[in-house]
Amino acid sequence: MLILECPYCGVKAEETELSPGYEAHLKRFGPGSSDDDFEAYMFARKNPKGVHFERWRHSYGCGKWFLAARCTATLEVFGTYPAQSSEPPADLVAKIKAKRPDWKGFK
Amino acid sequence: MAEAVSALNGASYQGFASVREIGPLGMISLRAKPDVPGLSNAVQAAVGLALPEQRRVVQNGARAVGWMSPDEYLIVLPYPEVAAALTAIGAALKGQHHLAVDVSDARAVFRIEGDKAAQVLQKLSPADLAKLEPGELRRTRAAQVAAAFWAEGDGYTLVCFRSVAAYVMGLLTHSAMPGSELA
Amino acid sequence: MSTRLSKGGRLIDRASAQEFTFNGKRLQGFKGDTLAAALLANDQMLVGRSFKYHRPRGVVGSGVEEPNALVNLGKGGRFEPNQRATTTELFNGLEATSQNHWPSLEFDVGVVNNYAARFLPAGFYYKTFIQPRAAWKHFFEPIIRQSAGLGKAPKDRDADRYEQAYAFCDLLVVGGGIAGLQAALVAGRAGLRVILLEQTAHWGGRAPVDGDVIDNKPAQAFVDAAVAELAGMENVTLKLRATAAGVYDHGYVLADERVADHTPGDGRPKHRLWRIRAGKILTATGAIERPLSFAGNDIPGVMLAGAVRDFVVNWAVSPGDRTVIVTNNDDAYRTAIALKEAGLEVPAIIDARATVSGDLPARARALGIRIEAGRAVAKVKGGKRVTGVAICLQAGEGAVLDEIACDAVAMSGGWSPVVHLYSHCGGKLVWDTAQAHFRPDAARAPLNHDGGALVYAAGIANGAMTAAAVLADADAQARVAVAALGGTAAEAPVPQATPVTEQPMDAVWIMPQGATHALKSKMWLDYQNDVKVSDVQLAAREGYESVEHTKRYTTLGMATDQGKLSNINGLAVLAQALNEDIPQVGTTTFRPPYTPVTLGALAGESRGEIFQPLRKTPMHGWHEAKGAYLEPVGLWRRPYCFPRTGETHEQAVHREVLNTRSALGLLDASTLGKIIVKGPDAGKFLDMLYTGVMSTLPIGKCRYGLMCNEQGFLSDDGVVARIDEDTWLCHTTSGGADRIHAWMEDWLQCEWWDWQVYAANVTEQYAQVAVVGPNARKLLEKLGGMDVSKDALPFMAWADGTLGGFPCRVYRISFSGELSYEIAVPASVGLAFWEKLHEAGAEFGAMPYGTEALHVMRAEKGFIMIGDETDGTIIPQDLNLGWAISKKKADYLGKRGQERTYLASPDRWKLAGFETLDGSVVPDGAYIPAPGVNGNNQRNTQGRVTSTYFSPTLKRGIAMGLIKGGLDRKGEVVEFTNLAGTGTIKARVVDPVFYDKDGERVNG
Repeated sequence: MLILECPYCGVKAEETELSPGYEAHLKRFGPGSSDDDFEAYMFARKNPKGVHFERWRHSYGCGKWFLAARCTATLEVFGTYPAQSSEPPADLVAKIKAKRPDWKGFK
Repeated sequence: MAEAVSALNGASYQGFASVREIGPLGMISLRAKPDVPGLSNAVQAAVGLALPEQRRVVQNGARAVGWMSPDEYLIVLPYPEVAAALTAIGAALKGQHHLAVDVSDARAVFRIEGDKAAQVLQKLSPADLAKLEPGELRRTRAAQVAAAFWAEGDGYTLVCFRSVAAYVMGLLTHSAMPGSELA
Repeated sequence: MSTRLSKGGRLIDRASAQEFTFNGKRLQGFKGDTLAAALLANDQMLVGRSFKYHRPRGVVGSGVEEPNALVNLGKGGRFEPNQRATTTELFNGLEATSQNHWPSLEFDVGVVNNYAARFLPAGFYYKTFIQPRAAWKHFFEPIIRQSAGLGKAPKDRDADRYEQAYAFCDLLVVGGGIAGLQAALVAGRAGLRVILLEQTAHWGGRAPVDGDVIDNKPAQAFVDAAVAELAGMENVTLKLRATAAGVYDHGYVLADERVADHTPGDGRPKHRLWRIRAGKILTATGAIERPLSFAGNDIPGVMLAGAVRDFVVNWAVSPGDRTVIVTNNDDAYRTAIALKEAGLEVPAIIDARATVSGDLPARARALGIRIEAGRAVAKVKGGKRVTGVAICLQAGEGAVLDEIACDAVAMSGGWSPVVHLYSHCGGKLVWDTAQAHFRPDAARAPLNHDGGALVYAAGIANGAMTAAAVLADADAQARVAVAALGGTAAEAPVPQATPVTEQPMDAVWIMPQGATHALKSKMWLDYQNDVKVSDVQLAAREGYESVEHTKRYTTLGMATDQGKLSNINGLAVLAQALNEDIPQVGTTTFRPPYTPVTLGALAGESRGEIFQPLRKTPMHGWHEAKGAYLEPVGLWRRPYCFPRTGETHEQAVHREVLNTRSALGLLDASTLGKIIVKGPDAGKFLDMLYTGVMSTLPIGKCRYGLMCNEQGFLSDDGVVARIDEDTWLCHTTSGGADRIHAWMEDWLQCEWWDWQVYAANVTEQYAQVAVVGPNARKLLEKLGGMDVSKDALPFMAWADGTLGGFPCRVYRISFSGELSYEIAVPASVGLAFWEKLHEAGAEFGAMPYGTEALHVMRAEKGFIMIGDETDGTIIPQDLNLGWAISKKKADYLGKRGQERTYLASPDRWKLAGFETLDGSVVPDGAYIPAPGVNGNNQRNTQGRVTSTYFSPTLKRGIAMGLIKGGLDRKGEVVEFTNLAGTGTIKARVVDPVFYDKDGERVNG
């Protein structure tokens, strides 16, 4: 059962104190968007074996959404960061690249 | 108007620790970013206390302010003082983006007291109580519902939602039953 | 016969006799006995019957590995099946019965299966019961169900209570033998928070039994000193009777503490399930001895050599007067020596190895014990009890050279490290050819959240097989763990065990190695599930090459012991049959729990009144006192109706509807979600959230709104009130408040984080009462305090004020179509206000009404209900709610989704009302069939009912439903199925507003 540190309140919360929010950094496509873009926004989700960015809410704690970078195969957690981020912080990306040289990078 | 009645009307239980519902307490949920001008004045005006640091609760007798999230504070004060405090907060934060609402009646508050009070919470919450620092407010869950607690006096003060007060009382009672001490 | 020895027994207190019964027979044991020890002391070797062939079964092991000695314990509310006698501590008054036999343990009819064994091979069920299909259902399954299962399920409510607790530590040490104690000492002295768990009631593990000498003193002295030192450390927690059942991600461990199994009824919780979060885990879980596969190895009296030693040394119980030892390793010689030193006969040691040397055989020889090297057991003689063994060459095919009379056989096929916990979370194993066992591979340890090792194995669990090696390995592994945790282990000498020279073991998987098929058909691998060497070989011949498939086909290792004795032997036999190496065949997956955990412990406190959190409004107690029939709405319990004496629920609902329409009804609407949304951008935000426009709502007014998800499907609805310039109050459905609040926070935090909006869920701050009916205004005017007239407070307006001295906010909104006020007061005075309304409203005919009357009245008015008319695939346009969707807004959540072409299809089913021609009620769930069948040969459909009621107001059945073409088909008569399939119900498509179409009443 996972432990993730909430970047807002600093609590190392266990999974039962959190709610999952699936893939992070989705770009919203609203009215006027193409069918393909809208379909991808709604339904196309990454499912990598390896590095994954995802949303979590500290729902039994401070109530804030945050983002986590995690290896889906080993459950290693590379880091957590605020939801108000349009892409992963550079230092986190560097840390992941150092640990997973084969990782093709975010995007 | 009729007298304000807390969710369980002061129910109590004596096990290896004592459990009692207290209240009604005055409670205000204050949402504001910490750098909003006037925020510390607002809290000062409401309860005469300084803003707490991250995950801390500052207390003075019946008044307290707890850090709930980076932009949320819980103000605890005597029940009859809520309206005046809301007015004071509104005046101090006039023109600033904030939200202050009376949540006194949306909560139930319990005291768990005695040498082994921590063991009662240890059965219900996935929080490391040994590492709970003095003045630390921990938001977590008690079994299946949200709860917040902090160490105070001879035990802990626990806050939960009013509608589940009976459930939480049941949890605390079960956990404090004589013979179920953890050590 | 098995009996109690006159002397010895390190764990028993002979001064404290304990009375117990087995199958009703009154027996006596001592404090400190396990049930198995006490049974053997009373010569009760036969303890059960096997699962498939109902063969007689005796005690084989002495601990958690025991497959045979499973008993029913207790009675009534304390009845528990499948309890291992070897781990059950004896107490005064214990009642045990044997299981899986009929009519009695001694004479079991099911044993007929044994004689039919050649017709019941591996995969028998799969092969036999496939055809004819009907025979399975009507013939085979009932018989198999009757005879399947070991213990019986308890019938009574559990008399005991259970609880759970959370614990945290830096290092969790599992196993309280010398390895675990040494590891805990290292970590404890380093100042780390340590939890040490031991599954039995005693510290020390096997070392004191095996006669190990540590620092020139008996092992017990080391154990006592270590426990004393650990007990004195504040940072160390010691727990006996606590089994680590499973290791999960990120250092999460479930451990079952048997608090009061041995003291039932003393008021303590029976079990406590610990939810431990450990920085690192060290498994000092020891090893389990393997049986040897020889013919007749399941006859009562054949036991593991280590277990025989345990019974003699720990409990002064002799399994037999004359015990033959069969082994492939030196360790079993300790059993021979222990038996001899207890004054018992050891007629021979049958050692499969060609030559025998080393310290232990030398001691055995010195004691005058005959050692037969290169020999094997051809077969064990006896039925319900061993009477002798026939000896042959291990290298041969089983030709009998000699027969030895004996009443017990102690066997040892070597020791397998307990690698379960190491493996639960992905730790990998290596095959140790010399020891013939799998042990943890430290290079492929299970990983923690930081990518480092989570679990370290130590001592015998790590393949260190002698006491000296165990202590050195435990010390070293603990130091690695301490360093990985950032601690510093102090310099300290490693306790030194006196070395004993042991000769290597020989891997022996079948005895003799060239055994005939007849012999292999009597060699048991899995005692509980009756899987033999011949069954695994048959599975291999039939193509089951994967160990996982063989396991399921033969049921090897699938019994309650999960193959603790059988798995390694079974996969070795499979590997031989497949002509592969054991590591290539691999093991089956180790999964939690290590030993069974009772459901009571998993449920913990969650039973009875606190099974789940039931949410209660401030008026809940009043409802219960008035005999309300409650229904779940989310976690709330709401009154469905308030039946009076002699009334059915249906009659009560009809009365409540008619009274509300004609006089005055009062509804506890406190569960309605209430979310305050405030800020400079709150209007903009709500315009994105709702399909309609909320930013233009005048202060003091209310507006109905719909919320959709991004796919455009309806998610929630409710009335929004504009409180002031930058504050709105959003009402949600009763079940939707938390979900919608979270939905708002999601968009505010993750998408529009620069918008200045705060949302607060104040649902529980208020008790809310709907005062409904033609007399509603009269009641409020009687209470007095504010102007509730039509002009001051018109429909869809709200006002703050007081009523009868209660501060309140009054919303002029209606879900019933009647003149209606929804009044919010602080929850702390909710009950007083509710009572005041009833008292003052009595003269106006006030009655409480429940959720069913509410539903009927809203259906009479054609109002939709989230969850009835919607199911997650319905857009507002389907429900003719286009009027609540802004055409002007560039965007709102769900707008793009609703623009998908298929949602504009004229074929979509749309909302309509239905009136049955005969006035009857359309059944719930009824469909409107269409001609023809679809591609799956199912009848086509063109619509379905979504809400259907008898309308007491109209005195006829009314319904809402979705139908292809919707209201375009108004006036058409369609046919609903009746659910029995016996006919159809004709109904006319009508406008869904059945009552007060012009809204005169609601505006009144």
